[in-house]
Amino acid sequence: MNKYMLYLNAKRCIGCHGCEIHCKANKDLPVGPILCEISHEPLKSVKGVPKTEFLFRSCYHCEDPYCVPICPTGAMKKREDGIVYIDQELCIGCMACAGACPWTIPQINPATGKAVKCDYCMDRVDQGLKPACVTKCTTRALKFVALQEI
Amino acid sequence: MEKTVWSMCGMCSVRCPIKVEVEDGKVRWIEGNPHILKGSLCAKGSAGVALHKDPERPQQPLIRSGGRGAGKWEPVSWYTALDYVAEKIEKIKEKYGAKSIVMSCRGGPWQDLIKAFCYAIGSPNFTNHDSACGRNVHHASKSVYGLGRKGFIYDIANAEHLICFGRNLLASLRVAEANQVMDMLDNGGSLTYVDVRQTLTGIKATRFFQVRPGTDYALALGMINEVIKQEAYDKDFVEKYTVGFDQMAEFVEPYTADWAAKECGIKVKKLKDFVNEIGGQRPRVIFHPGWMLSRYNDSFYASRCLHILNVLMGNIETEGGQLFPKTPADCGVKGLRTFSSNVPKPEEKRADGVGWKYKHFDKGPGLFHLYYEAMATGEPYPIKGLICYRHDPFTCFPDVAAQKEALDNCELLVSIDTHYSEFGWYSDVILPESMYLERETPIATQKGLKPRFIYRDRAVDPRFNTKPSWEILKMLADRLGFGDLFPFHTAEDMWNWQLEPTGYTIEDFQEKGFVSLTDTPIMYDREDLEGRFKTASGKIEFINETLEGLGIPSFKPYESPKKPPKGRFRLVFGRSPVHAHSHTINNPMLHELFPENTLWINKRIATRLGINDGDWVDVIGDSQMGTIRAHVTEFIHPEAVYTVHGFGRQVPLQSRAYHAGMSDQKLQEGLLLHMDEAGGGLCLCEKFVTVRRSSRNPRRRVEL
Ligand code: SF4
Ligand code: SF4
Ligand code: SF4
Ligand code: SF4
Repeated sequence: MNKYMLYLNAKRCIGCHGCEIHCKANKDLPVGPILCEISHEPLKSVKGVPKTEFLFRSCYHCEDPYCVPICPTGAMKKREDGIVYIDQELCIGCMACAGACPWTIPQINPATGKAVKCDYCMDRVDQGLKPACVTKCTTRALKFVALQEI
Repeated sequence: MEKTVWSMCGMCSVRCPIKVEVEDGKVRWIEGNPHILKGSLCAKGSAGVALHKDPERPQQPLIRSGGRGAGKWEPVSWYTALDYVAEKIEKIKEKYGAKSIVMSCRGGPWQDLIKAFCYAIGSPNFTNHDSACGRNVHHASKSVYGLGRKGFIYDIANAEHLICFGRNLLASLRVAEANQVMDMLDNGGSLTYVDVRQTLTGIKATRFFQVRPGTDYALALGMINEVIKQEAYDKDFVEKYTVGFDQMAEFVEPYTADWAAKECGIKVKKLKDFVNEIGGQRPRVIFHPGWMLSRYNDSFYASRCLHILNVLMGNIETEGGQLFPKTPADCGVKGLRTFSSNVPKPEEKRADGVGWKYKHFDKGPGLFHLYYEAMATGEPYPIKGLICYRHDPFTCFPDVAAQKEALDNCELLVSIDTHYSEFGWYSDVILPESMYLERETPIATQKGLKPRFIYRDRAVDPRFNTKPSWEILKMLADRLGFGDLFPFHTAEDMWNWQLEPTGYTIEDFQEKGFVSLTDTPIMYDREDLEGRFKTASGKIEFINETLEGLGIPSFKPYESPKKPPKGRFRLVFGRSPVHAHSHTINNPMLHELFPENTLWINKRIATRLGINDGDWVDVIGDSQMGTIRAHVTEFIHPEAVYTVHGFGRQVPLQSRAYHAGMSDQKLQEGLLLHMDEAGGGLCLCEKFVTVRRSSRNPRRRVEL
């Protein structure tokens, strides 16, 4: 059962791409991988104002992830609380996970030659902190939500 | 080893307070100071780590060994570099007098140190970048309130309506302000946005006026006219605190809403509805008076009208309006000791003419661009040395070729900066400053409802042979024989020297990174604002007699902006939230997100010119040309093309930024001395450029 999700309050998001850099800086990532992404639909006129809202996407931490079983070394794992993550010790950078993921979420980290993807900043979460992107979101539009067990 | 360091972000000039976590001498984490910003930072703020790691910045003092701009440098020690600069300064002093040296900076909370140094040399010619930025707004504010542009803070979070004329404040980000705007919108507030194109701010607006470029003044006049007609203004406030209402009303008489709507190309009903709406919302209505308004021939007057609309709303010293920033004195605390308090101001006339030739301009920093005139003509006296601290005139000011020509009359050009500025690359000496995570800065006062003292501590030691500016200037002062004016040898000494009159010590900053001077917000009595307006009359002046006395009208008759000739466009520029002008273009992380600028062009026009979205286009000034990709959109006025400022850099050692994108200021040929005579700001949007589909677009070809 997934325990967490990232929720974007699109009304508050200003499309500043801060979250993308907060994430990269926290994970010390080189040029190349970007683990979350802000995008928007083309502008449409609403009551005379050309408008759009922003979308946030990172790994979906699927209930039943395609990336986990395909991984030949068992590096891609799903935790009890639903967080899907890559054990960097085991990853060999074959990128089978990226091929299996419907959204090609895992990316290569050219600095290590291994796969990398959003892990909900589990090291922070385990210390009782919020993920990097949420903690530093410019307008506090991004939330880390702990879902209630039903 | 882990430690937490309090600092202030240095990625843009907002200088957000930050908390830095350091592990084994490496920056591990930066977040917004939780006591002030609750952790929030923008993209640039987090990318500070990448700047720290980036070796593509000056790593030791450099003295030019080839011709200016040739890029040949001799790396030298600090002693050699400072001795060299000191010797050159002494020589210029001897030959032409100390006044021949100009010192410039970016402005902001630490400019007092630069000013003190300039005065200590014996020159009155201290200046900053503001004539290519906010001078029009500043002078407009002075002409209305007798107070500068920082004379008010805006209580946006509690407002019911915010109106922005091209003030794209969700892209030209200030983290705290962006949160205020979003809070206001969350509370059901309205946002009216006026611009020649749609922007990140405009998409959040409840009302959008797309106006013809250069017609802001017309719209503001029409608004004043309609506010008076609908009697939507605060009569008691106007009665009590202002002078010149009737004369103003008479002046705006012909500038009706119908006229303005026609001139700006908007619907008159929308304009009248707007005025009706704010009439019901005042005093919780804020007209943003503009920030970077060095744009059109009448930007001073446009800003003046926006200040006046605030007054008509009666929004002063009331919740959701404009508030007086309170000072340490308001909290019963003595202010910080200033560096300039030790140094007498030289009595010579300023070479930019401010204070004697131009009596209506603020003497503080004067007007930078006018020094080019003095350099070129030797009048009123020769200018032979220019020291720029964290200020890159080649990026800030228009027409780089004209600037170089004037600078060639100088015998000393020094750049003190954390990165290679375009000016630095052309200068004689580069004195590299440590980037903000590697240095301490003096304590600053932040005025506000709850004023505070705040500081920046050193998070990590410099990676390269760089120094903080206070140390560079102190060492230079020692060499020039006035080191005793800066009686400190360590940052700690400096802070405690600054703090001495206040009764605080630097230890008091350890807990939160700042000292709050009051627990409760301070408000003045709105019924008793007598003495708060620093005009000649002591009132808010719709008609400013001092200006009128100098032959400068308080309102000038409106002149419709020229239409660009066929095939040409008005070049307008702006900001992206990812970059802080040129400062961040070479940052590895930010470059990855936004490597080059594009040219926004109206879809209908683009079709006519055979330009598709993503095509390369040539943008041509008089003799200069830039080639970038087109962003074809219906959301820009057909008379304008737009680009993000700061690109097109030409320092080869910045490998990412080198020749990436196009520089708007190089195309602004002939505009270096084109200023708004009343406001002193340059008119950077008074340039037409030609746009054509570039021959660089791929064609079918064989490639073996
Ligand atoms: S940092 Fe926050 S406001 Fe900025 S783009 Fe990301 S989610 Fe949106
Ligand atoms: S990587 Fe793809 S498949 Fe795996 S959990 Fe994330 S979204 Fe699902
Ligand atoms: S939760 Fe962490 S890893 Fe995932 S996108 Fe946010 S910052 Fe990146
Ligand atoms: S707005 Fe961004 S870049 Fe500017 S000081 Fe704040 S965090 Fe730094």
